[in-house]
Amino acid sequence: MYNHILSIILFTPLVGAAVLMLIPAANKTLIRWTANAFALLGFVVSLPLVPWFWERKAEVGFKFLEGSPNNWIPTIGAGYYLGIDGISFLLIMLTTFLGFISILSSWTAIDDRVKEYYAWFLLLQTGMLGVFMALDFFLFFVFWEAMLVPMYLLIGIWGGPRRLYAAIKFFLYTLLGSVLMLLSVIFLYFFHHAQTGIYTFSIQELYHTAPLIPSVYGTTVATLLFFGFFLAFAIKVPMFPFHTWLPDAHVEAPTAGSVILAGVLLKMGTYGLIRFSLPFFPAVVQYPKVRLLMVTLSIIGIIYGGLVSLVQKDMKKLVAYSSVSHLGFCTLGIFALNGPGLSGSVLQQINHGISTGALFLIVGILYERRHTRDISEYGGISTVMPVYATISLIMFLSSMGLPLLNGFVGEFTILQAAYMANWKWAAWAVPGVVLAAAYLLWLYQRVFFGKVENPKNEKLTDLTPRELATFLPLIAIALWIGLYPKPFFEILEQPVAQIVEQVNHPKLYNAAAPPAAVQVAAKPANAQEAGR
Amino acid sequence: MTPVAMMLFAPFTAADYRLGAPLIVLTLFSLGILCLDLFLPARHKHYCSIPALLGLGVAAYGTWKIQQVLPASGALYAFFGTLVLDPMSVYFFYLFLAGAAVSVLISIRYLEVERESHGEFYALILFAVTGMMCMAAGADFVLIFIGLELMAITTYILAGFLRGNKRSNEAALKYLLLGAFSSAIFAYGLSLFYGLTGSTNLAEVGASLARRAATEPRNPIMLLALLTTMTGMLFKIAAAPFHMWAPDVYEGSPTSVTGFMSVSVKAAGWALILRVLLCGLYPLRVQYVPVLVFAAIMTLTTGNLAAITQTNTKRLLAYSSIAHVGYMLLGLIASDGVANRTGIRGILFYLLVYTFMNLGAFAVLTSLRRRNILGDDIDDIAGLVQRAPVEAILMLVFLLSLAGIPPFAGFYGKYFIFLSLIETGHYLLAGVAVLYSVVAAYYYLRVANAMFMRKPQGEGAPVTPPAMNLALWITAAATVLIGIFPNIFIQAANWAGTLIGPTGVAQIR
Repeated sequence: MYNHILSIILFTPLVGAAVLMLIPAANKTLIRWTANAFALLGFVVSLPLVPWFWERKAEVGFKFLEGSPNNWIPTIGAGYYLGIDGISFLLIMLTTFLGFISILSSWTAIDDRVKEYYAWFLLLQTGMLGVFMALDFFLFFVFWEAMLVPMYLLIGIWGGPRRLYAAIKFFLYTLLGSVLMLLSVIFLYFFHHAQTGIYTFSIQELYHTAPLIPSVYGTTVATLLFFGFFLAFAIKVPMFPFHTWLPDAHVEAPTAGSVILAGVLLKMGTYGLIRFSLPFFPAVVQYPKVRLLMVTLSIIGIIYGGLVSLVQKDMKKLVAYSSVSHLGFCTLGIFALNGPGLSGSVLQQINHGISTGALFLIVGILYERRHTRDISEYGGISTVMPVYATISLIMFLSSMGLPLLNGFVGEFTILQAAYMANWKWAAWAVPGVVLAAAYLLWLYQRVFFGKVENPKNEKLTDLTPRELATFLPLIAIALWIGLYPKPFFEILEQPVAQIVEQVNHPKLYNAAAPPAAVQVAAKPANAQEAGR
Repeated sequence: MTPVAMMLFAPFTAADYRLGAPLIVLTLFSLGILCLDLFLPARHKHYCSIPALLGLGVAAYGTWKIQQVLPASGALYAFFGTLVLDPMSVYFFYLFLAGAAVSVLISIRYLEVERESHGEFYALILFAVTGMMCMAAGADFVLIFIGLELMAITTYILAGFLRGNKRSNEAALKYLLLGAFSSAIFAYGLSLFYGLTGSTNLAEVGASLARRAATEPRNPIMLLALLTTMTGMLFKIAAAPFHMWAPDVYEGSPTSVTGFMSVSVKAAGWALILRVLLCGLYPLRVQYVPVLVFAAIMTLTTGNLAAITQTNTKRLLAYSSIAHVGYMLLGLIASDGVANRTGIRGILFYLLVYTFMNLGAFAVLTSLRRRNILGDDIDDIAGLVQRAPVEAILMLVFLLSLAGIPPFAGFYGKYFIFLSLIETGHYLLAGVAVLYSVVAAYYYLRVANAMFMRKPQGEGAPVTPPAMNLALWITAAATVLIGIFPNIFIQAANWAGTLIGPTGVAQIR
């Protein structure tokens, strides 16, 4: 099991989807139990990874490697090659965890075409996990695109009134970004061949040649290639001004879809920036103009997302726009290009997955009872649903970054890193924190405080045990990260140090010494560094 | 002596017949089917499909035997060098046979629903395949033209096979008139080349044109010959601006025939183009590449943009098949068969995956045909997933594959085209191509939307007898398996593309 742990985590949901296919569609109870069992199993099989990874967290490079770079399609140079570092480890745990939570939350929310729903959801899990595990760009791309299909169907079939529009928009936007990324990576592939004589999509190999592009083809080509990748990730994150698909997709998606969309899918964009954009184009991201553009877009996203959230009438839309703001912090941390920035960014991605996932669940609870998300329909909910109100308060506070809860740690680290890079950037980003407090507290006030004025709200029932069970683990993790984030930072320390190293001093391919030799020679030195 | 004269005076050897076996077998089987048809009572006509499938199987066995004796790098020639058996011919033989076999499987029940079950149908399909084989393996303009006409005339009849149906008649007439014009223009171009070079043999034409192109690259007769020849060929693959016939013909023809036309007939057209442009007319490459660029961009634009607004699924697939041709043309622009072969191999691979995914899509459409329900309007497949979940999921697989979404086979077709464009530095064309693939995703998703996200409108599930089920599962399995384990198929396409090019054909005596 130790050697194949990644494959097991990756394919458990897929097996679940296959098993669901065998159950008659009419037997909804059995389908629900099976789907939840497999979602739980998917989470459980990922748990052994925690102690195993913890032991190896200081090791340099990718761990738990499986397969090889050239075993799948040798004629192309693509392989079934999996491996993780601290960054992907955290995101994988987030995926299996949130996947289980969202499937659990769909028990009563989805009553139509249940079998299909759970099958697509489990397929989506496999697609997302594959994105975070792949060490071969071709494999990465296959998962990256394949995972669009289930998400598209989840939005389009079980979504709200404008679901068709939202589903197609989501699909086309993401596809548009990724096809340009495909062209860019093909260019890197041929460049790698020109340099080394080897055709490969192995990410680790491309790390050694891609940074050479500016010196061979000049800065313009390198910048164009950078933007080929950037567009794909910026659309996914989404960074301003590529965010317009997000409110539609979030508002129309079913609750569990929104949770996964916000919690995991958006992280694929930031993950891509960290995994590909920075290491492939270390010179380009340091061009002052490019970097300033990235930071400016991030800050605009932070402020704009906050301001637009402030004026929303629909709760779900408010949470959706708050994602734009929060993800702005994540990208700001990435383009601070220093250790704290990257660590803070990854931690903030996890935080956002927890908090915003929870916020969508909170909205979903009310929506399931009242079938409206209009803020003006509510008021005084805390008197009818006290437990629900308490849990909501905790998650609201976590999302706005109150100290002792998870959001604070991430945002603070990012602001610190931005300050280290350029104090003005931090100064521009700080209003985002204030805005977050404003729109979330105001929302809380309008929905939960005051008297119950709408008679329809008088009979609302509080959380059921199943609903409570979906929130408790989220609160536990929010508190854990808020009170004791040290283990998370320790897990991130090594991979982040490696990326910073790659950005500042990329290990370039040297025609005199083959890349394998370079790696072997480099290992002891790095290990010592990590030891210190 | 010209080959034609030689055929009259010199006898063929046993080796000639062995190498021509697949063609001979198919001809014999189709004649046999016509005889059998005489004795079968009207309600048993569908039994003619059995000898048809058998004939295709025997022909495939014959092709396999040829593949066994094929030299590692080289070709075999038969009938005085008019028939060339090289990896590309063998590859295309398999492709045609597979496409025809699946089309036969799809047709059996469809023809009965249409009350047009006749034995000739299967004989015509076999004749068409014989013609296609002549096109793919012809090394002489005369044989190529005969093959083209054999295929074209049989498909005119197939397009109008629903005699009582106005749309089918319209399709056949339109196809016949435009097809005859284009054939005439093509033949005109060939005659000019014969006049310029004094030969109909591709290798001799190539050698002679090379000398002429070196001295007078802008010889007007030569350019006229090139343009007319290319017009004929671009018409056959429905490339813009010669695509006008395709939507009408595809819409009006019997659905199973449309499937056959959109994959096998198109593949044969491609075999012809590769053979003629890369072997015989290779010296004129500088002159014809701009034409190809123009045609490719026109084709991508018209195909993709026109498909967006279609409400008839068959018409939508017709426009989408035009768009797919645009991608393949890009592969031919990128690769010349000398310095670079990626694009040619990409085209060969594309045709392989296209055969299965497009036939699969048409198989699903055919299964929707019932009494009183045409099954080819987008509304007819609304909510299909609730009436027939299996067909809907398979259709989704085919559509996603056509859209080029991994992990389905269609992705690799497009991937190799992009690969060849980047490899040869055609960045702008690559950019255009990928952007159109996003447009393409939109109209395929419209069909998926209808199937999965709308309320069902029709009643009852589509009827899928065993033959149809077999066709559906063959095409679906190919689409998925080629997508997940593409290596062996890529190797096959690479092998097929090794010899095609000016150097490969130079060996023809």
